[in-house]
Amino acid sequence: MIALSDFLILGAVLFCISVAGIFINRKNVIVLLMAIELMLLAVNMNFIAFSYYMNDLAGQVFVFFILTVAAAEAAIGLAILVVWFRNRRTINVENLDTLKG
Amino acid sequence: MAIVNFEMPNFLPALPEMFVLGMACFILILDLFIKQQDRVITYLLSIATLVGAAFLTISLSDGERHLTFSGSFVSDPMGDVLKLFIYLVTAVVFLYSRDYLKKRDLFKGEYFVLGLFGVLGMMVMVSAHSMLTLYMGLELLSLSLYALVAFQRDSLKATEAAMKYFILGAIASGMLLYGMSMLYGASGSLNIAEIGAYAALNTDNTVLMFGLVFVIVGLGFKLGAVPFHMWVPDVYQGAPSSVTLYIATAPKIAAFAMVMRLLVEGVGDLHNEWQSLLVVLAVLSIAIGNVVAIAQTNIKRMLAYSAISHVGFILIGLLAGTDNGYSSAMFYVVVYSLMSMGGFGMIILLSRSGFEADKLDDFKGLNERSPWMAAMMMILMFSMAGVPPTVGFYAKLSVLQAAVDVEMVWLAVYAVVFSVIGAFYYLRIIRLMYFDKPMDTNKIEAGIDMRIALSVNSLGMLVLGLFPAALMQWCIAVI
Repeated sequence: MIALSDFLILGAVLFCISVAGIFINRKNVIVLLMAIELMLLAVNMNFIAFSYYMNDLAGQVFVFFILTVAAAEAAIGLAILVVWFRNRRTINVENLDTLKG
Repeated sequence: MAIVNFEMPNFLPALPEMFVLGMACFILILDLFIKQQDRVITYLLSIATLVGAAFLTISLSDGERHLTFSGSFVSDPMGDVLKLFIYLVTAVVFLYSRDYLKKRDLFKGEYFVLGLFGVLGMMVMVSAHSMLTLYMGLELLSLSLYALVAFQRDSLKATEAAMKYFILGAIASGMLLYGMSMLYGASGSLNIAEIGAYAALNTDNTVLMFGLVFVIVGLGFKLGAVPFHMWVPDVYQGAPSSVTLYIATAPKIAAFAMVMRLLVEGVGDLHNEWQSLLVVLAVLSIAIGNVVAIAQTNIKRMLAYSAISHVGFILIGLLAGTDNGYSSAMFYVVVYSLMSMGGFGMIILLSRSGFEADKLDDFKGLNERSPWMAAMMMILMFSMAGVPPTVGFYAKLSVLQAAVDVEMVWLAVYAVVFSVIGAFYYLRIIRLMYFDKPMDTNKIEAGIDMRIALSVNSLGMLVLGLFPAALMQWCIAVI
């Protein structure tokens, strides 16, 4: 039997990987988008684990909503990436540097 | 697992939301069949939608609290007042934006439709009574805003700002959700009232605390409080001015509502715990916001840092944790959104095609070009700085009063010291307008309706400052 804490540790590890991915990654914006997806999946892991161990369906319903929103979010993120690429001709994180002051 | 009996929910409290949703979808389709020269129809319909929603909200408001959709949606007086201000602010934003967008070939249906979907998101946030509805409202607002920032597709600055906003906004949502999953795990419910009931009995639950920290980080991002403010200056500067105007105003009201629902109505019993976190955010926001704003040469960026410092003041009202504090924070957020609407409106007024008027130098000698508009800008700047008799002074005073009432005198003194420092950069604009020679001698092109609206906006700050009691009573009554 897998304990609830195991799932939560998995969720926390995934969450840490995604945060590290966002802050360490200096190369590619697409990797940032992937890290953001991973962050939402880590949250989903938490919700499902809690939902299962508490016998409460609400958490699983929330997961469906998160998945849907994540899809919409990825679509908008990629769309923004495409328009940015058209203007800047690169998807390097370091080139997000026009605005500063 | 329990089998849930499906009961038809009472749709009536959500009627304004359904109306806005229906109209936004209708305008989205209709806009496809409208020729560019008739695009004003889209604009007029969007304003009509907001007026209609305001009418519905007022007629449904009976001073009672209605829960519906199994307790995940609430319609209460506080929500109704906040929604009315959201409609008002958004309608004026559309009015200010119209000419600006026309001059830049951006006068398209998307701006208004995304704006209306943003309004819908804000309405859902204001009325949310479950973490699920809160999240859905927040995402609807955020996704509309990301798209709006990138709306000027051929602008490098705008698309870069959108990219940064998207990434940081998505991280914020992730943090908030992680916190929500912990609150759910601890309390066993998504419903804000049930989480509150659990928190009241278990004030020292570690999982709950852990979740609370993440929730506050997420809220800090969305409010733009230091140290989670990185996106604010870049987005304000990079986005087209009409979009900055939208982002800087109505979403602040919705973010305030989100804090009220989650922290106050939800885990209000953990006030001692979240108070110390908000103190940190408020102290840092007021300091960094006011000090860094001095170094800016771009007025949109300067107003962004000013927004950060104003968020610090709103947080002071919230962290006091008394009804007095909440109502003064509500007063502050409403007043702030009206003030910044005027401030960004003035930038739009001075701009014309191919010229953004977003440098501080563009305000030089405004008095010689248009004494009336210079006077209006002066009122707005005095109000933001908190100089009596403008309403900005009264808003700051009531927030600080709330802090003093809970024996946080040091925080009030600290805030006053930094608002004196902050007064420098507001007064600098007044100096540029009155004592410098104009660099730009072109006539101001703005239409008469925009001039009238902006004058009413600015004079309103003065009138509200002289007679703040009505709005303040309203805020006290609904909290």
